[in-house]
This record gives sequence, C-alpha cells and structure tokens, in this order.
Amino acid sequence: MTVVFQKTKGLTDNPTHYCPGCTHGIIHRLVGEVLEELGVLDNAIGVAPVGCSVFAYNYFNCDMQQAAHGRAPAVATGIKRVRPDNFVFTYQGDGDLASIGTAEIVHAAHRGEKISTVFVNNAIYGMTGGQMAPTTLIGQKATTAPYGRDEAHSGRPIRISEMLSTIHGAKFVERVAVNTPANIRKAKKAIKECFQIQLEGKGFGIVEVLSTCPTNWGLTPEEAMKWLEDNMIPYYPLGNFRRPEEVE
Amino acid sequence: MEERIIIAGFGGQGVMAMGQLLTYAGMIEDKKVSWLPSYGPEMRGGTANCSVIISDEAVGSPVVIDSTAAIVMNRPSLDKFENLVIPNGRLLINSSLIDREATRDDIEIYYIPANEIADSIGNSRVANMVMLGAYLEAVEPVKVESILEAFTKVFGENRAHLLPINKEALEKGAEAARKQKEAIV
Amino acid sequence: MAKVLMKGNEAIGAAAIKAGCKYFFGYPITPQSELPEYMSRELPKVGGIFLQAESEVAAINMVYGAAGAGERVMTSSSSPGISLKQEGITYIAGAELPCLIVNIMRGGPGLGSIQPSQTDYFQATRGGGNGDYRLVVLAPADVQELVDLIIEGFDIADQYRNPVMILGDGMIGQMMEPVEFTTPKQRELSEKDWATVGTGGKRNPNIINSLYIDPESLEKHNIKLQEKYKIIKENEVKVESYNIEDADVVIAAYGTTARIAKTAISKLEKEGYKVGLIRPISLWPYPYDEFNKISDRCKGILTVEMNSGQMVDDVKIAVDGRFPVSFYGRTGGMVPTPDAIIERVKEIYGGEK
Repeated sequence: MTVVFQKTKGLTDNPTHYCPGCTHGIIHRLVGEVLEELGVLDNAIGVAPVGCSVFAYNYFNCDMQQAAHGRAPAVATGIKRVRPDNFVFTYQGDGDLASIGTAEIVHAAHRGEKISTVFVNNAIYGMTGGQMAPTTLIGQKATTAPYGRDEAHSGRPIRISEMLSTIHGAKFVERVAVNTPANIRKAKKAIKECFQIQLEGKGFGIVEVLSTCPTNWGLTPEEAMKWLEDNMIPYYPLGNFRRPEEVE
Repeated sequence: MEERIIIAGFGGQGVMAMGQLLTYAGMIEDKKVSWLPSYGPEMRGGTANCSVIISDEAVGSPVVIDSTAAIVMNRPSLDKFENLVIPNGRLLINSSLIDREATRDDIEIYYIPANEIADSIGNSRVANMVMLGAYLEAVEPVKVESILEAFTKVFGENRAHLLPINKEALEKGAEAARKQKEAIV
Repeated sequence: MAKVLMKGNEAIGAAAIKAGCKYFFGYPITPQSELPEYMSRELPKVGGIFLQAESEVAAINMVYGAAGAGERVMTSSSSPGISLKQEGITYIAGAELPCLIVNIMRGGPGLGSIQPSQTDYFQATRGGGNGDYRLVVLAPADVQELVDLIIEGFDIADQYRNPVMILGDGMIGQMMEPVEFTTPKQRELSEKDWATVGTGGKRNPNIINSLYIDPESLEKHNIKLQEKYKIIKENEVKVESYNIEDADVVIAAYGTTARIAKTAISKLEKEGYKVGLIRPISLWPYPYDEFNKISDRCKGILTVEMNSGQMVDDVKIAVDGRFPVSFYGRTGGMVPTPDAIIERVKEIYGGEK
C-alpha cells in the first residue's frame, strides 16, 4: 500500500480538546509540519499560552513550556537568551497576545528577539466562554458585549499586525487565514518563512492567523468560515506587512 | 575602641568618598567596619551623609545616632548633626562654607577652612581630604598610611596620579587640626 | 581571596556570578538598582547576559523561561516590584523551577518610600502569589552573610527545584562592609534532565508546566510539593541564637534589625540585664524549635521588626503560649534605635532586674 498522506511528526498522538470545527487543529498541523520540514523538531522549544491553546504543550512534539497569560514572549525571551541555538516559538491567542500580553509582545518585537510567534486571532475569548476580546469586531456579540461591541464604549478592534509592523525589531509580519484550502496553503508558506527568519538569525517574526470559533460565535463550522471571510478579512486585511529586506 | 562617625555635606563635596576611604582603611587595619549612606532624592543637590563605624568589636547597628565624631561640610549639615555628637566627642566644621559657630560646649570643636586650604594647594576639589586629614589628626582612628593605601582601592588605579595632591591635602588638614588641638588640650 | 569592601547590592551580583549564575533579568527600582547596574557591567565579561525587561512582570517570566531551560538565573527588585513579580513566582513554584529572587525591601504599602523596611515578611513567607506554595526565604544581617546566602541559595534552589528568595532591606543593599568570597560546602546536585533544551531526538518532550486541569492530578502535585516542603523544613532551617538558655528576656529579630538588637543587648549587659537573641536566618522554613531552648525563667519575648508586626505571628506560634510575646516596630523607613529597644526590654523586666 502506498502512503499518500500521514500525520506530521511535529504533533504528538494526543487527541486534542478543541471544539468540533475549530481551526486551531489546522493551525497546529501547519506549525507541526513546518517544524518537521525545517528539521528543527528535535531542537525546538515551544511556549504555550493561556486560553484555548493552553494545552498546546501536549500536542506539539517538542520540548514545551506553559506560560502565564500573555507572558509567552517574555518566557520565550528567557529561553532564547540562555539557549540561542535552539529554535524558540510561541503559540498565542488574541486574548493572550492582544490584550493582557501587549507589553510582552511589543517589547519582544522591539528588542528584535530571535523568536517566532504564531498569533491565532478568532475575535473572541474562547476558553473562558465567549467574552469580548480586543479583536472582537464592531457590532459582534460576546458574553461581555451582549448588545454587540460598541466603538464609543470599547474602541475599535486592535490590528496587531499593522501595529507590530511599525516596530523596527519585527522583521517578518504577515496576516493569513485558514478559511479556504488556498488560504491554508498561504498560511503554511507564511509560517515557514517566519520560522526561517529566526533560523537565519534576523530577528522577530509573527504570523497572525485569522481563525474561527464556531462554538462561541454560535455558528456551524461552515457558517463560521463564511463569517470569517465576510466580516474579519475586510477589517483584518490579509497579506505581508513586513519582510527583513524592507527593514532598514 | 569604637568610632561612630557621621560625614555630611552637599552632593559633590565628596562626603561619601571620605567615608569609604575611612572604612577601607579600617578594614586594612583588621578592624570591624561598616559604611552606610543616606540614599534617595536628597543625594542630588541636598544634604548627603554617611555613617562610618570603625570598631574592635563586631559592628551592631550600622546606623549612627550617637556619633563620636561628626564632619560637617556645609551649614545644613552642622544644623542637623551637631546635637548627635556625644559629650566629649569631636565636631569638625568646614569653616570655609559654614558661617556660624557651634553651640555645644561639651565637645571638641575644630574649625577647618577646608576650601581655602584646598585652593592654596591648587585644587579646590580636595577640600574633603583636608577635612579628613584634620579628623585623622584629632581622633587617630586609623593611620594616614592606611588611607593612602585605600585610595586606589576606592578610586581605582587610574586615579593613582591624584595621590600626591590628596596626600598633601591630608597633611594640610592635619596641620590645621594640630594647632587647634594644642589649644583645646 | 582577600577581603574587599563592597556595597550590599554589588556584593549580591559578585556572589551570584561566583555561584555560576550567568543570567539576570530585571527592572530598575530604588533601593536595589546598583545590582542590575553591576550585572549589566559584569555579566558580559563572563559570557553571561543581563537584560533589562519592559516590566517586573516580564522580567520574572523571562526567569521562568531561562530556569525552565535549565540555567542558573536570578532577578531582583524592591517591594512594589516584587508585588508585580508574584504572578511569575507562583508559576515558578508550581512548575518547580529553581531560581533566585532578591527583594531589597522598602517602605509600603503602595509606592511607600524608598527607605529600609521589613514590611514584606508576610508576602515572602506566606505566599504573595496564589496557591499553596512556599519559597525558601533567607534574611542576611550583614554583607558577608548576604554573599554566603546568595551562593548557597542557588544550590538550595537547584537541590529542591524551588525558588529561593533573599529578603534584605534597603540598609543592607546600600551599606558597605568587608566581604570575602569563600566556596560554600558542596551539595550533591542532580542533572537537570527535566529542562527544556530540545529533545535532540533522543527522548520524549520535556514540559514545564503548572497546569493540572484534572483535580486528582493537581491534588497529587500539591501533595508532592508539600512533601518537598517537609524535607526542606527538616534540612534547611538556619538560625543564630545568643544566650537564650540563660536570659530573662529574649529578643527575636532578623536582618539588620537584629544588629540593632545586638547593640541594645550589649548595652543592657553592661547594666546587668540578661537578654538573649534569636535571629532567624531562614524565615521559611522558620526556626520554631529554637524557641524551645529558652529557659523557663524568661519573662517575655520581645519581637522587633521594621514593620507593624509580622514575624511576631511566627514567634507566637513558636512559643505557643509559654511566654508573653510583645512587639516593637518602626515603619515607613524609620529605623528602631537601640535605646528604644532597651526601654521595651526594661518594661518587660518590670523594674526588677
């Protein structure tokens, strides 16, 4: 029998806890495949956040540390500074990175830490039950924004990639989505390029991945993909914001 | 023997350095020593001071509140520390910058025109060493040689060329104190 | 090595480097800033790294990462900054990572003052962060002891995979005293085979973690931690006592306050009073048993602290009603004087010697 597809060695055999239809599974696989393809699995140290992907340490098949809420870039900094020859990455959600952890991500980027961040943006707090995130869209309902996000009350959703691309130390910034096969392929390409930036010692890199949360959005997985396309991409445009050659 | 000294002046007069020299010299002579600075915003421009203890016994409290001697480099320091000197203790006043006399009559008081003496040997910045020289003469807690040995330890080898002028300042201060000591005793 | 005169804060740095610590993550705050300054100057010379973090929160989480990667690492701060570090400290304790944390205490609460105090005793010995955890807390009284405890502290941290806190006050950080760097007794330390250094393709992944979502697993983890704390209590108590078998009054004090108490005691002895001293050096584990050695003739215990009465709770636990326990303290950066202590001791004597 010919093997036409097999699970990446970048992931363990542990069954994930993610909800049906959640795109964390896709993103995990992309990260796992890239770690394997770049040959860094044996050398990698990953940092898991607090939020839906808190158990990422059980899924990525490499050494892992679990960090306090928002502090993954600081933990990764500590690891990379004492182990500069290891590949160090963080995997963080939007509550973790874009709310409580803004200081840590901004300053890790600012110092040009040679770490890579996978930032999963699904516009909501998933693990705690659908509360409003800094990335929640205007009018989008959340358990702490039952009437929909009101700009006058909570401001506009924060655009992390645009913000980080103004920071000199950030050498790679790209926003991708995992709502279609074509976008998934582009997402993997971006993650690979981002990780290579670290391997080449060029500085900080981040890939923002627009992701779905069918459970907390109250939609079927298919509807959620459509909602991402219709609502998130217009506000969070896809594309590359920064490559090393653009930074002088 | 236990000497508990307060050295005070405004920032830039070298009061911390005087204390460190004295402390280091005590250590060289195998005495028990401690140096405790005042710290905080007052270090900039206001009154700075340090407490030095040189003792034959282990140093207990490093805070000096009943000083055997006080070296005051400016007027606010005299006002603040004159009354902390124990009876029969010593008070050394930089009379170049302090326009009043001490009010105590139960202590030995020395008036040293430290800035004038420093100027007369060509370096106004060694006024602190003039005062230190006067103090060493008045009390003899450590040998002058130990202070000189401590000099490069405290200030670094790259300041070794300043040793002669500082030595001269110590001697001039001692000379000024000697005359007054004879008058007191 | 010959004696050198060093400021407490700088001596901490020199001792840490001597102990093989090459990594320091911190944030400036008075009265301990000479320490990060010293490390920024000296660590590059030994191939180490000093990093000024964006906040105390980030600094302690960098320590978590570096300790998890198996390296000797430290941070330092002063009271309000230590409050910010509590999140990271409880994670470090939960994940059982070794590291050294220095708190050069200043007056509180809130921004308080920058003058010496001992107001973080509760925070250091009772937790400060969430959860059932303990730090080994060591309180030096002079710069030499500070140096010795820093060097041993790293070994204690590694031996038990537990954070160690050095609890000093602004006075010990700022003062200069002669120090000598000696090699402490060697402890048997095992390989850090739990650290995340990359699997090298040779083993299953190592995971540094304090999350146990299943209650049974978390209880098991907590029981394991408590068993470790029990062993630390048996092995790591440090205390200095003076004349407690023969004293009419015993003073309990730690850190620089104990030095002031010693000055008071020597003055009292000249007047014929018999006063002893218990100076806890390890604040956790606390030297409760030492108080059992106090003679029955003792009229009372006087606890002296630079706070409103914190260690006095441990003294009461230790004497368990055997003696009356009284308290004298100054706060806000005010330092107790020997004379004020003498007055309290004489009150306990009640006029008769």
